[in-house]
Amino acid sequence: MGIERFGPTTVLTANLDRVVGWARKNSLWPLTFGLACCAIEMISTAAARYDMARFGMEVFRPSPRQADVMIVAGTVTRKMAPAVQRLYGQMAEPKWVVAMGACACSGGLFPTYAVVQGVDSFLPVDIYIPGCPVKPEALLDGLIRLQEKIAREAAGGTR
Amino acid sequence: MNLDDLRARFGSAVGEPVTFRGETSLAVDRGSIVALCEFIRDDEALAFDFLSDLCGVDRHPAAPRFEVVYHLYSVRHGHRLRLKVALEEEDPVIDSVTGVWETADWHERECFDLFGIRFRNHPDLRRILLPDDFEGHPLRKDFPLEGERKP
Repeated sequence: MGIERFGPTTVLTANLDRVVGWARKNSLWPLTFGLACCAIEMISTAAARYDMARFGMEVFRPSPRQADVMIVAGTVTRKMAPAVQRLYGQMAEPKWVVAMGACACSGGLFPTYAVVQGVDSFLPVDIYIPGCPVKPEALLDGLIRLQEKIAREAAGGTR
Repeated sequence: MNLDDLRARFGSAVGEPVTFRGETSLAVDRGSIVALCEFIRDDEALAFDFLSDLCGVDRHPAAPRFEVVYHLYSVRHGHRLRLKVALEEEDPVIDSVTGVWETADWHERECFDLFGIRFRNHPDLRRILLPDDFEGHPLRKDFPLEGERKP
């Protein structure tokens, strides 16, 4: 990357992969859905006090066609899992998954027949955020780490 | 609420009424449940027009193992009655009361889903809470809380 001058014009040259990665990581559009108490913290993170808009990730989209981050916020029951999986399938590439909270990571405090013991059993999770529930600061930290991960990914590269 | 008439009519199919803290329970044989429910719904003095709850009980390892409990309320008279039907483990089948109170439909489905008690003549007896492909009936006492572990 470098800055060059051609007469009166200033030109920034860069690797295309890095430019695409930079654009992607700063326009994360999460899918609007929550499954349990973690969703309340996620709403709080989006609201004025924590304001995740500061990091370019505030545009929650209620349609999976327009979203590129799935924040699995809460307990996924076995009955809910097919619906979550379908939503993930409806999202366009490139897409990322954040497992928010103990339940999404591992089943949390519900080691029962009714709860999925970790969403990584049916989704490719990029970031795991522990907490019960996850504090807004922790969610922001997780999403910023996701941004760093996206910046590292090669442009056009999918999973 | 006078249950003498009921006991005279159904004889040995109905047990002695037990009253505890103002709540009356009645043991009923499973063969008589539909006829008895129809009677207490239509009888002027009893008029149990509302089935407020229907649930299952697993008394494992006691025998008979299962019980179906009906909580009834009379909107007209404001009184309540509880019916209990004991079912053997080997044959947990009972006639559906959906024909008496339509609301029994989902209650019986839940009872089937979680206890595996089958309701004969139910219009649509399938799982209501758990996924359709679920194996087992988790409110049974011998069902492991964490589910059947897959290897």
